[in-house]
Amino acid sequence: MAQVARGAGSGDRGDAEARPIDGTPAGVRGEHELRGVIDEERALEGLGERDLLDLYRSLVLLRTYDERSLVYHRQGRIGTYAIFWNHEAMQAGAVHALADEDWIFPAYRESAIGLLRGIPASTILQWWRGHPSGWWNPADYNVASICVPVGTQVPHAAGLAWGKRLRGEQACALVFFGDGATSEGSFHEGANFAAVMNAPLILLCNNNQWAISTPLEAQTRTAALVEKAAGYGIPGIRVDGGDVLAVYEATREAVERARAGGGPTFIEAVTYRVAPHATADDPRVYIDLERVEAEKQNECVGRYERHLRRLGLLDDAFAADVRAEALEVMKQGIAEAEAEPAPDVSLLFEHAYASPPPSFARDLAELRRILGGDLG
Amino acid sequence: MSERFLVEAVNDALHVELARDDSVMVMGEDVGRAGGVFRATAGLRERFGKDRCVDTPLAEAGMLGTAVGLCMAGWRPVCEMQYDAFSYPCLDQLINHVGRYRWRTGGTMQFPLVVRMPYGGGVRAPELHDDSPETYYVHTPGVKVAIPSTPADAKGLLAAAIRDPDPVVVLEPKLIYRTERAEVPDGEHVVPLGQARLAREGSDLTLVAYGAMVPLCERAAEALAAEASVEVLDLRTLKPLDEEALLASAARTGRIVVVSEAPRTVGFAAEVSAILAEKAILDLQGPVLRVTGYDVPYPYWTIEDAYMPSVERVVDAARKLLVF
Repeated sequence: MAQVARGAGSGDRGDAEARPIDGTPAGVRGEHELRGVIDEERALEGLGERDLLDLYRSLVLLRTYDERSLVYHRQGRIGTYAIFWNHEAMQAGAVHALADEDWIFPAYRESAIGLLRGIPASTILQWWRGHPSGWWNPADYNVASICVPVGTQVPHAAGLAWGKRLRGEQACALVFFGDGATSEGSFHEGANFAAVMNAPLILLCNNNQWAISTPLEAQTRTAALVEKAAGYGIPGIRVDGGDVLAVYEATREAVERARAGGGPTFIEAVTYRVAPHATADDPRVYIDLERVEAEKQNECVGRYERHLRRLGLLDDAFAADVRAEALEVMKQGIAEAEAEPAPDVSLLFEHAYASPPPSFARDLAELRRILGGDLG
Repeated sequence: MSERFLVEAVNDALHVELARDDSVMVMGEDVGRAGGVFRATAGLRERFGKDRCVDTPLAEAGMLGTAVGLCMAGWRPVCEMQYDAFSYPCLDQLINHVGRYRWRTGGTMQFPLVVRMPYGGGVRAPELHDDSPETYYVHTPGVKVAIPSTPADAKGLLAAAIRDPDPVVVLEPKLIYRTERAEVPDGEHVVPLGQARLAREGSDLTLVAYGAMVPLCERAAEALAAEASVEVLDLRTLKPLDEEALLASAARTGRIVVVSEAPRTVGFAAEVSAILAEKAILDLQGPVLRVTGYDVPYPYWTIEDAYMPSVERVVDAARKLLVF
């Protein structure tokens, strides 16, 4: 487990640079261990060749989903889309460390995480197409619905994890949220609840250093988000979020602790958002484009691919096959989504209640009459 | 049957429902060791254990958000918000998730949770212990709202809420927690949601009310007895509303005064008035009148009686309407 270090750990912190925290001199860099595996060329115990290649498949599937989605958006085939390019490592690394019985609570940045649990690409594409068929039963995949309001999914994951433990089940929950979410009350209340209830929860903070245009230093005065773990009395791990194996290792450790009754773990996965927040965002007005270009050179899928090549596990032909497979998934997915008929207006009313009020039937009948051109 | 105060009937309902269904659990601030600040949850922790009567951290949004996750794990959580106004932080989860999650899953996942809280004024309490927040809840799609005015209904509506597959908010009139005492059926007792109760029959005018305003309206009806036959309709469930009972009463008396202690503008009395304007215009002998709180922050308690609807204000409105 990483030490939760004290004091400021990064630059560009203005007045905070010289400010002592808990009496510890600030401005000391490198106190927060940023755990990595790939750069250290460490081998992870229990992860065989097949597992390493499965991880690669997941990374490529997510990358392909994201890149195709951007194209579909430009073609007008999906709506506004939250891009997750260069976040695939933390998503795949975390999910691969879970058992199928464990639950995943995605934020919108992890919209396609369900692909790794068998949710059809067409379903997720429909969600982004604004079609009512873009739903799934969370219990079918142990993947909660995509959460849009920032940080509000954290208490859900805490409740699920706690509720499973109360029932004597083994399942853990893993919740994704961004650096911006750590400023939200929901994050705090959920993390605290989980800690107090000793819930088997992994809090996975996607620290991509931007919340739309708000940089991390405008979000928090702590030197690293992992410091927040101490406030909840839980262990924290700071990990290289672009290193799929490092995220896998950290998550596996957190899952083991949770299953053994050790409660929640906070994982800060550090990466850099090299793409816009979403298709409706133009980061050129606020972001450092040179930094973006530099980060792109070390993007997480290529980095893992080079690692596998170094290990002699991957060649051009295999990479091409995996890529082709993923492209086929997307081709089929968008075709299925587009083949879906337009939703009937009854879907305005369906599903809001298990036992709907009588007014719904009256409203629908009136709407049908008016849509049918039979005006009073 | 046993004689119980309203808050004792709430407690009885929780005991019966937790014993009946082992997926029902109670959670809230001070509900366990203390048995609730109003004693609504007394004895539950001792009887069902600390995991089914849970003292939570002071976090209303966290509590309701956690309850969403508990539903996903197969529980039926009953969340106590300690006071009406303390529930406002939970609106974050209620609006963003509780009212939407079933819909979001295409109806495949149920969220059978209950939010219950003491509400309303007249209890000589500090600020933010007196509010009537029902409109916020009624206005939120995907949730139901019930408000009892008698001990038997306090038990029966809460039982119905706990058994309902949808999220239900139950507001309990704290002013009459320990003033209304009446016979309550022993054991299982369910009052279906969506059914109003005719608290008093009459032919000249109807007072429409809910919660602590029902006994107030009964007193007003009594005060008017020499001059008019006044009906009192207790709505019991604000959503889904028993429109049939409302319209039937309007057809009988032709005169309606709606009484609610919440601020007037866009309050539930306005909704009742709108329904009557849309659907009962030919039955009405005069305008629908409202007797409500005012559009001000709930006042300091030395002047709260002037804010709360009173027998005098209700009688005054009724007389205006009777001679319209």
